[in-house]
Order: sequence, then structure tokens, then C-alpha cells
Amino acid sequence: MEPILSVEKIEKYYGNKSSLTKAINNISFEVMEGEFVAIMGSSGSGKTTLLNVISTIDRVTSGHIYVGGDDITKLKGNALNKFRREELGFIFQDFNLLDTLTAYENIALSLSIQNVGAKEIDERIKKVATQLNIKDILHKYPYQMSGGQKQRVASARAIITKPKLVLADEPTGALDSKSAKMLLERFRELNEELEATILMVTHDAFTASYATRVIFIKDGKIFNEIHRGNDSRKEFFDKIIDVVTLLGGDLNDAL
Amino acid sequence: MMLFKLSFKNIRKSFKDYAIYFFTLVLGVAIFYVFNAIDSQTVMMNVTASTREIIQLMTTILSAVSVFVAFILGFLIIYASRFLIKRRNKEFGIYLTLGMSKRKISRLLFFETLSIGLISLTVGLGIGALLSQLMSILVANMFEADLTKFTFVFSTSACMKTMIYFGIMYLLVMIFNTVNISKCKLIDLLHASKKSEKVTLRNPILCTIIFIISSIVLGYAYYLVTGGVNQLQDFREILKPIFLGVLSTFFIFWSLSGLMLRIVTRMKKTYYKGLNSFTVRQISSKINTTVFSMTVICLMLFVTICVLSSALSIKNSMTANLTTLAPIDIEFSKKYDLTEEYANSHFGYNTNMMDDSKLSLRESISNMNFDVDQYLSDMVEFNTYTSEIKIKDTLGTYYQESQKKYPFLRYETDEDFIKLSDYNQVAKLLGLEELSLENNQYILVADYSGWVPIRDEGLKRNTPIVLKNSTYYPKYQECQNGFIEISSNHVNMGFFVVPDDALDESMRDSGWLLANYQETTKEGKQKTEDVVRSMNDHPYSSVSDLEVTTKLQLYEASIGLGAMVTFIGLYLGIIFLISSAAILALKELSESSDNKERFRMLRKIGADEKMIHKALFRQIAIFFLFPLVIAMIHSVFGIMFCDYILETFGNEKLLESIMMTAIFLIVIYGGYFLITYLCSKNIIKER
Repeated sequence: MEPILSVEKIEKYYGNKSSLTKAINNISFEVMEGEFVAIMGSSGSGKTTLLNVISTIDRVTSGHIYVGGDDITKLKGNALNKFRREELGFIFQDFNLLDTLTAYENIALSLSIQNVGAKEIDERIKKVATQLNIKDILHKYPYQMSGGQKQRVASARAIITKPKLVLADEPTGALDSKSAKMLLERFRELNEELEATILMVTHDAFTASYATRVIFIKDGKIFNEIHRGNDSRKEFFDKIIDVVTLLGGDLNDAL
Repeated sequence: MMLFKLSFKNIRKSFKDYAIYFFTLVLGVAIFYVFNAIDSQTVMMNVTASTREIIQLMTTILSAVSVFVAFILGFLIIYASRFLIKRRNKEFGIYLTLGMSKRKISRLLFFETLSIGLISLTVGLGIGALLSQLMSILVANMFEADLTKFTFVFSTSACMKTMIYFGIMYLLVMIFNTVNISKCKLIDLLHASKKSEKVTLRNPILCTIIFIISSIVLGYAYYLVTGGVNQLQDFREILKPIFLGVLSTFFIFWSLSGLMLRIVTRMKKTYYKGLNSFTVRQISSKINTTVFSMTVICLMLFVTICVLSSALSIKNSMTANLTTLAPIDIEFSKKYDLTEEYANSHFGYNTNMMDDSKLSLRESISNMNFDVDQYLSDMVEFNTYTSEIKIKDTLGTYYQESQKKYPFLRYETDEDFIKLSDYNQVAKLLGLEELSLENNQYILVADYSGWVPIRDEGLKRNTPIVLKNSTYYPKYQECQNGFIEISSNHVNMGFFVVPDDALDESMRDSGWLLANYQETTKEGKQKTEDVVRSMNDHPYSSVSDLEVTTKLQLYEASIGLGAMVTFIGLYLGIIFLISSAAILALKELSESSDNKERFRMLRKIGADEKMIHKALFRQIAIFFLFPLVIAMIHSVFGIMFCDYILETFGNEKLLESIMMTAIFLIVIYGGYFLITYLCSKNIIKER
């Protein structure tokens, strides 16, 4: 199988010579098509920086990132925006829905900036709305929705462009446990049934246990990596907890 | 000292936010100075005494207007500073959590206001001083004075006045800020930015209905001031269309965004193209939340456009009228045979005057030591006559109707008559069309457009008049254009031209002498003019009813009045324009932090910078255009109304003055738009 994303020896430094912070210190990994990968780490471990450089919001200091074979660290200006809107889907912790638009319009926006016609937009939204069970709330505004509904709308927006890679930043961070569970089930469906490749950043072991693979990061380096294989979610969760314990106390608060 | 440093740093840091505030203050100060300095600007100019008097009057009026302007600017400044305070709520919240007392924060704000005030005053006065040099060119142009030697004039009194007025305004701002800070709660300050916006949505069907109703009401208000304008007779009735107009404007803005949303969302192809859906929603939510200010701004723009274009047109047409309405240099007239009764009813008439009124016109003139043959050429002398005929008699059967429709007209006034041969002589001299008559005909000559249609009704009814037992019928069914009295406006309410034998000297009413000066050069004419004006000082002038009108007199009066109206119009117009543009700009910028979040989201889902800038540009442009477009529609009818009211002044150069107004609008309003766009672009920029 082809790797959708391959990260090669990337580094990201902040600050100047006198006080240098290595947010990412030589990280390399690959994500295959159809994988659901979770990146775990405590705050300050560099996981958000990692997501930012993959999503081209931030630039690496050195190293290369390939998405579908193209080196995205070489992209500039509008090519970057084009890459972002065509190849990536985003799901953010705070949903990032536009409060002035309805759910329908929020989802439509990511297609309309790709110049997709109004008719096709409508068809695709109807389809994804059925899959994510948000048909009834399409005409609602973000302030009229619950957290879970907002998150599902955000997910719909992320996958409707059929991106190569869906990036999720703490997707359950702002949800109660019931909504979080529902969302993660949805992610699994996205991954298994719609074959979306998902890269998710989290500090929550429960959230991570829905992934097929978990990469642990500590101090800007890859600390460990475990595959789910044929384990049940519960068994995988226990394995994750083991690694977290190994990582040290700073992640325990997340349990 | 630390506070002072902090406040200074704050200003520098938030200069982006303060740019519009600062710009408005500087502009306000500069304009205030310029219009108050006109007095000193004109001191150097070489103008006649009567022009000097008009300038004196003008500066008095301008300084009264300044008080009004100060109020407007004061409100604007307080409004603007409130916006800035709101933007900085979080900052104040942090200060408070760090243990700074509210009093200290107030003091911090005090220093900020003080330093901004001082800087804006200095810069504004500097710019004002430069602008007022340009102004003196304009003033010289208006009063047609020679600006032979150019001197840089700085008006200390205007400077002092500006400083005092703005000092008071800043003081008010300080008090206002202090009160504001002492009232607020810490929790609100800290969470001010986190309040999620609730989208105010209005029922689209209700919006459509309200929009239609308001449009109809507005249309009716338009009708009242244009088509039905003749029905407006007293002040209270004028209030009706104004009230209806204001109300319907408010509801149009209230319903507009709902309606717009309804229409645009139906046009799916356009709506779901690029960032259009985002832009439309942004605009509609902004209009929804700013209905009241939009209405105020729209009305201010409306007043600005009307005031500017009417003021400029008055000035233009008054001087333009003179070439046709005062084609000769001088006109003498005198009422003959004053009766005891007349003298008693008119204050100031005495027996000496009655004696004088028995003399011929020429005798009265020579009694004042003015030799007509020495100074004048092209003389035409004639009499006008009266009989018992009043205006009401000449309207015939239309009188009843007219009295009902226009009850305030003076129907009891005596009609004037002139012999055909006399009129043709006058017409030749004044460049008017000569007339001819059959034995039993008369012609009504009038050019005052208020009276012409009423007179025409009488003529259409073929109303006969009887003079010396002969009956005369109108030759034409409408009034003929013409006049015998030179003036700067169309003021001839009407006189009758009849065959020579219809009148005799027992009916004479006034004597007239129309002439040109013998001198043809400008200097020569001025010399003759001086001689004519010296007649006023002759002792005999107090006992004579002789009236002298000269072209130069009319000219000076009309440019004086025109200039006065223009300056006041300019002053108020510019201030209104600045105020409305500044409020719009502040509204837009105050939301820039929310917008920043939104645009960041758009970037994350992959919108190009180009797309984002386009969306931002459209959003601001439409926000600025909406009130302007509605104000412009209002103005079409408003100017028509002004035109009606000021029609005696003529409207020959209306188009030119509308163009001038457009230039002002584009420069000031467009300038604010551009600054707002650039500032917003800067604010939403990712570092």
C-alpha cells in the first residue's frame, strides 16, 4: 500500500540562538491510505506543532513532508491554499464553524471555494448529511446546535471535499463523554466505511483507543508506537495506558 | 510616570484601531479651524464695503453654526471613544486582575485621551492652517476679489476657539470614560470577547411585507414633496413627509437584510460561489445589528447631499441669472401721486414725499444732483398704470378654486398695466421678445413660476378685463415670459400689456427709467456707480420715493448671498459627511476582531488570500454603499423639493453642483472607505 503521508526527519525550532526551543526534533513516520492514526502527547510535547506543519499552517525548519508524493514543504502562497483546500480536511477542537452561516452553508463553503457548482454541492451535502445523520440540523445556525452536532457538521465539512487526509486537532476536547463517544464512533465509520485516512492529535487515551495506530510523542521526539492489530478497543486502550504510564506522570491527568 | 508610559505605549500599539479615530479628530479640528478663520483670511482682500459687510454677516453666522457643529463632533468623538474602550475591555480586565485600581485605569485613559487630544489638535491645526490658505483662494473667488498679494495668514482667534471647543469635547470624553470604567464589572471585561454572537434573524415573509409597506410609504412621502408639493402650505404639513420618510427608511433597513438574504439564497448559483455565501451573511448580520445607525447615517448623507447641491446651485444660478435678468446697468422707479390714505398706511411717508410724488421721475432725479444725460445712455422712460382691477378679478372663474387651494395668496393686490408701445421699447432694451396686439386683446407677462400656473388658469378661461369701458380678452392662453424690473431672480408676478389707447395718464401708478451707463470699461462703470450711490447721501433722498437699482448692486448682493449659503452648506455638509463615514468605519472596525477569527477559519479551509481580500472588500463596500444608495434615492426627491422651494433662485446649474457634491462625497466618504478597508485588511492579516 502507498503511504498517503510521509514525514521525513522534520525539525521545528522556535526562538533564536540564545534560547532555542526544539518543538519537533527529528520526527519521521508514514501514514498509509485508509489508516486512522492518533498522535498522543502531553501539552508541550510538540503534537500540535506537528499537526500545524503537516497542515501547512506552519513551516518546518528542516526535513520534508510528502502528501500523495508531493513535497508540501516546498509549496508557497496560493499553491499552499490550493493544497489545503483540495487535499486536506480539518476538524478542530473548537469546531471552527462560521457563526453567521447555517450548517448547510458551512459545509457548502468548503466546496464553493473549490468552484464546485451549486447543484453538485447540494447532492454531495445531502449524501454526507445522511451518512453523518445531520439532515435535520442542516438549516440550523451553530448557536442553535449542541456540541456533538457542531462536531458532526465540522466533520461533514472536513470530508465532503474527499480529502486525501483528514486532520483532527483534539476533536473531543470540547465534548462531554457521551458526545465524544458518538463522535469517535463516527470517525471509525468514516475511516472504515468511507475509507477516509485520519490523523488525529489528542492527549486523551480513550480518544486514542479508537485509532488503528497510536504514535506517542515526548519532547518533540517519537517515544513509542503501537498498532491495534486485532485487539478489541478495550484491550487497545489498556495497552495505551501502559505506554502512558511508561511516559511518566504528566499524561495521567488525562485519564 | 509609569502610567504615562503605559498609556503612550498603548496608543502606539493600538494605532491600527486608533487610526480612524485620529483621522476623524484631525479632520474635525482642521475643518473647524478653516471655517472659523475665514474672517482673518478676508482681511487682506480688496473688496468693496458692501461685500465686507456681507463677509462680516457670514462670519457671524458661521460661528453660530460652529456651535452646532461642535455638538455633532462632540457626540461623534464620545461615540468613537466608546468604541475604542469596548475593543480594549480585555486589556482593562487584565489590569484589574493584576490589582490595578479602577481609578488608576481611569487615569490611564485620561493620559491617553490627553495625548491623543494634544497630538490631534496640533496636527489638525497645522493642516487647518494650510487648508485655510486654499480657502482664502476660494473665498476670493466667491467674492470675486483680487488676490493680488498672497500672504500666509494664521488666525490666532480661530486657533484659540478651536482649542477651547475641542478641549471641552476631550474633557467630556474623559468624564465619560471615567464613568464608564467605574461602572463596569471585571467578569464582563474578561469575557467580553467570548460572548458568542447570536444571529439575529428575522422572518423573511415579515421582512418582505414590511419592506413593501415601507417602500409604498416612502413613495407616498416622495409624492408629497414633489408631485403633491402644492398642497404643502404650512410648516406642520412639511413635517409629515419628513416623519414618514424617516420611519420608512428605518423599516427599510430593518427589513432589507432579511429580504436580501431571501433573494440571494434563492439564487443558488451565485450564492454558492466562492465566498459569496459568507459575504452575504456577514453583510446581512451587520445590517441587522446596525439598523438604527444605518438609518441615522443614511439621513445624514441625505441632508449632506441636498444641502451641498442646493447651496452650490444657488450660488451658481444667482450669478448666472444676472446676465439675463439684469441686462442693463441701472433702473429708476418712483410711485406717482401718493395719496393721503397710502401715506397713512405706510409708515414713514410725509407730505414732502407726497409733494415729490407729484413731480416727474426726471425732476426727482435731478433734485438729487444726478444728471442723467451726462452719465446714461440707451434711456427708456415709461409709466405703469393701475385701475380698480385686482388679481382676483383676472382669475375669472378660477378664483374660487384657487382660493381654496392656495388660501395664503394675496388676491387683493392691484394689477399693473403697461402700454404696448412702452413695453416693446423696454423689450428691445432688455433683449426680450416684442409683442403685438389686436384692439380688444391683452397679454399677461410674468416669469415667477409660483404664479405662472395660477395666472394661466385665468387666461385659459378667457377672463375679460375692462379698462375705460372697453373689454379686453387674452391673446394667449398662457403667460408670456418677460419683466420690466431688473433683479437677480425670476420675481415678476405678472403685469398686463394692453393697447396704448386703453390707458390714460389719470391711471398712472409709477414712473420708470431704464438705462445703461455711458462708460463701457469696468473702471468707468465703477466710477458712475459711485456717483449713483452717492445719491443716497443727498438730503433730498429722504423725501423722495425714488428707487434706484443697479446691476452692480444686484451682483454684489447675489454673490454675497450665494457665497454665504455656499460656505454654510459646505461647512455643515462636510461635517455631516465626516460624521456618517466615521461611524460606519468604526462599526466596521469594531467587529474586525470577530472577523479576524472568521477569516482565519476561511484560511484554514483553504481560501486564497485573493479570495479573502475580495470578500473583505465587497463586505465593506456594500456596507458603505447601502446607506449611500438609499440616501441618493432620497436626494433625488429631496433636491427636487429644494428646487421647488428655491425656485426663485433658479436652478440653471444644478447638474454642475451635483457633480461638485459627488466629488466631495467620493473624496471624503471614499477616503473613509479606503482607510477602513486597509485597516481591516491589516487586522485580519496572519502574522
